[in-house]
Amino acid sequence: MNSSTSPLASEVPLATARNRAAAFVAQAGYPKRGQEYWKFTDPSPLNSIREPVEGFNGPGGGMRQDASSRGERNRHKTSDQPTPQQGAPLSPLSLFSAIDRSIIDVSGKLTAIDPSRCQIENGSVCILRQADLPEHSWVSQTYGVLELEAQSPVPRTLASANTWLAETGICIWANGQNSRPIELRYRTSPGETDVLIHHVFRIDAGASLTVMETGTPASRINKVIEVEIDDGGEFNHVQVQGREHDRVSSGHIFARLGSESVFRSFTLTANGSMTRNECVVTLAGDRASAHVAGAAVGDRDFHHDDTVFVTHAGQDCESRQVFKKVLRNGAVGVFQGKILVKPGAQKTDGYQLSQGLLLDELCQFLAKPELEIYADDVVCSHGSTCGTVDTDALFYLRSRGITETHAQDILALAFLMQALDEIADPRISDALRELLANWLARHHQ
Amino acid sequence: MLRISNLHAALEDEMKPILNGLDLCVKDGEVHAIMGPNGSGKSTLSYVLSGREGYVVTGGQVELDGRDILEMEPEERAVAGLFLAFQYPVEIPGVGNMTFMRTALNALRKARGLPERSAAEFLRLVRSKAKQLHVSPDMLKRPVNYGFSGGEKKRNEILQMAILEPKMCILDETDSGLDIDAVRQVAAGVNSLRGPGRSILLITHYQRLLNYVEPDVVHILVDGRIVETGGPELALKVEDTGYNALQACEA
Ligand SMILES: Nc1ncnc2c1ncn2[C@@H]1O[C@H](COP(=O)(O)OP(=O)(O)OP(=O)(O)O)[C@@H](O)[C@H]1O
Ligand SMILES: [Mg+2]
Repeated sequence: MNSSTSPLASEVPLATARNRAAAFVAQAGYPKRGQEYWKFTDPSPLNSIREPVEGFNGPGGGMRQDASSRGERNRHKTSDQPTPQQGAPLSPLSLFSAIDRSIIDVSGKLTAIDPSRCQIENGSVCILRQADLPEHSWVSQTYGVLELEAQSPVPRTLASANTWLAETGICIWANGQNSRPIELRYRTSPGETDVLIHHVFRIDAGASLTVMETGTPASRINKVIEVEIDDGGEFNHVQVQGREHDRVSSGHIFARLGSESVFRSFTLTANGSMTRNECVVTLAGDRASAHVAGAAVGDRDFHHDDTVFVTHAGQDCESRQVFKKVLRNGAVGVFQGKILVKPGAQKTDGYQLSQGLLLDELCQFLAKPELEIYADDVVCSHGSTCGTVDTDALFYLRSRGITETHAQDILALAFLMQALDEIADPRISDALRELLANWLARHHQ
Repeated sequence: MLRISNLHAALEDEMKPILNGLDLCVKDGEVHAIMGPNGSGKSTLSYVLSGREGYVVTGGQVELDGRDILEMEPEERAVAGLFLAFQYPVEIPGVGNMTFMRTALNALRKARGLPERSAAEFLRLVRSKAKQLHVSPDMLKRPVNYGFSGGEKKRNEILQMAILEPKMCILDETDSGLDIDAVRQVAAGVNSLRGPGRSILLITHYQRLLNYVEPDVVHILVDGRIVETGGPELALKVEDTGYNALQACEA
């Protein structure tokens, strides 16, 4: 375990990957509304999330341009949300209190971590700013690598911009079993509107790690997570994107799975005016398993986009995508999900489900499920539905004395349960169910 | 207890009349049976009484303990003491059967100004009632009616009735689809709930159930109207002659 001595803010580490990413941004350009991959979501609020890195000058004049757009951007920011006190996490402290875990507080100003706060049973933890120290050289072998691989067939420029510019991040190398989850607890530093976060996780053969993310690091977030899982490794991930209404967030998770490895990621989103969560998973080895799931609840000014791309390259792998959204008062939900089965990826078992529950006629759920299969011995299924609360079930509950609003909440929660069931640890799914039940109870017309 | 006078009701969509001047009066502690041909409006009556959407009352009154219930929301009718055992209980995946019953019981208690039942109290209550009614512990753990067999669903209705302790129970064909042992068990459950302060309206096609739950009064419903009322012997007569004879009489 490394102590957190004098991180050097003026030396931006990982220069090779950053230069490559900057060049990609210059060449590919930022996404535009109307492009196939941005069919239902306008990327412009996400494109402007940029945070110049102190002491780092990327190629070209990109940085200057960012700085000029920054003032304008700040004027857009609404501030009906009370500014959180420094040090006070936005997520309820009690959310995962039933779980024995290590907590690392993460903010955009993260320059050091207290080594006593980030005990890991088997492995090492460092912050991105320390990545160039010799003992953390593994980070440079992973940083930006999966992001780069995912730039084809569709450019994901928001992720390259992140690789180019992100200052903040946690790097965890698990080299054995870790039964104790690590919670990355975000805090908003005063005055910080934009944050770019880039985490790198490496799971060695037979090793395991669980990472939970809670809280909000800024009102505008561009986050990338790269996860490299070696043969037989296991990575569990749960993130809670809670409850600020004006949050604008772009997230990417890139994962590569070795043989017989396991990847599970679950995202809960409550509120947020603009969220795009991309998850790009490649099952590279054989007999690996990837589960990506999410539950989102939104009221009014809420646009939530899950875009998932699962590639089956190995044989006999299983993948599941289960996404559910409860929408109210004109909220918009988007799902774009693809299963790509490469030639030779025989015995693939792919599953995809996306469902929207619309609590009024103003809401929209837009889905684009896709299968692309180049192997013959494959089972893949996908389903997407969008509907309202089942009136028979509603009447049944009401006939037993349950009020209409409560009955509707019960049915909305029941609808979300199928996604929560994807979470392996029942303590985590119980905590999230509670959070969702409270959200539903707070958000009535 | 329940007084229905000259009730007229139609399907909302097509304004097709289903109930055509129905009169019925169930006194405190009485058990009444309603028999009638398919499509005569028995389930419609149960839905109109419990406040389901899709029907319009075009005339008449319904009073429960002297209170007009037709203007009430379904949940308010339940608070007033009405309970419907559904002909086709609804499956609700994602909602645990126990959680559902506890939520319902506490919603009723809260609305009546009573303290809520704690999880432990409720567990004791539900276990004892479930045992009485031969409801397996497994059925309590599963989602509401989800994947239950037809007979299990009916038993689950009676279990809810036993837990919620309503004043006025309407059982819509609770005996249909039950095997002989199950009919006996359900009948025993119904009989155990029988008593002063609780009235029961049994909708059934079969005289068989009435051997186990002996009614005070039997009504025959044809074309949305009670065409004949009598004692238990009326059920035997109908079983013998069928409904056509009665309709002919009426015409
Ligand atoms: N939602 C509906 N849409 C269309 N028709 C309906 C609807 N509900 C009831 N009906 C019609 O109303 C009439 C009465 O139906 P109801 O279910 O009340 O009969 P029932 O006496 O309960 O019959 P059964 O013995 O078969 O259960 C039938 O002709 C039925 O087709
Ligand atoms: Mg019927």
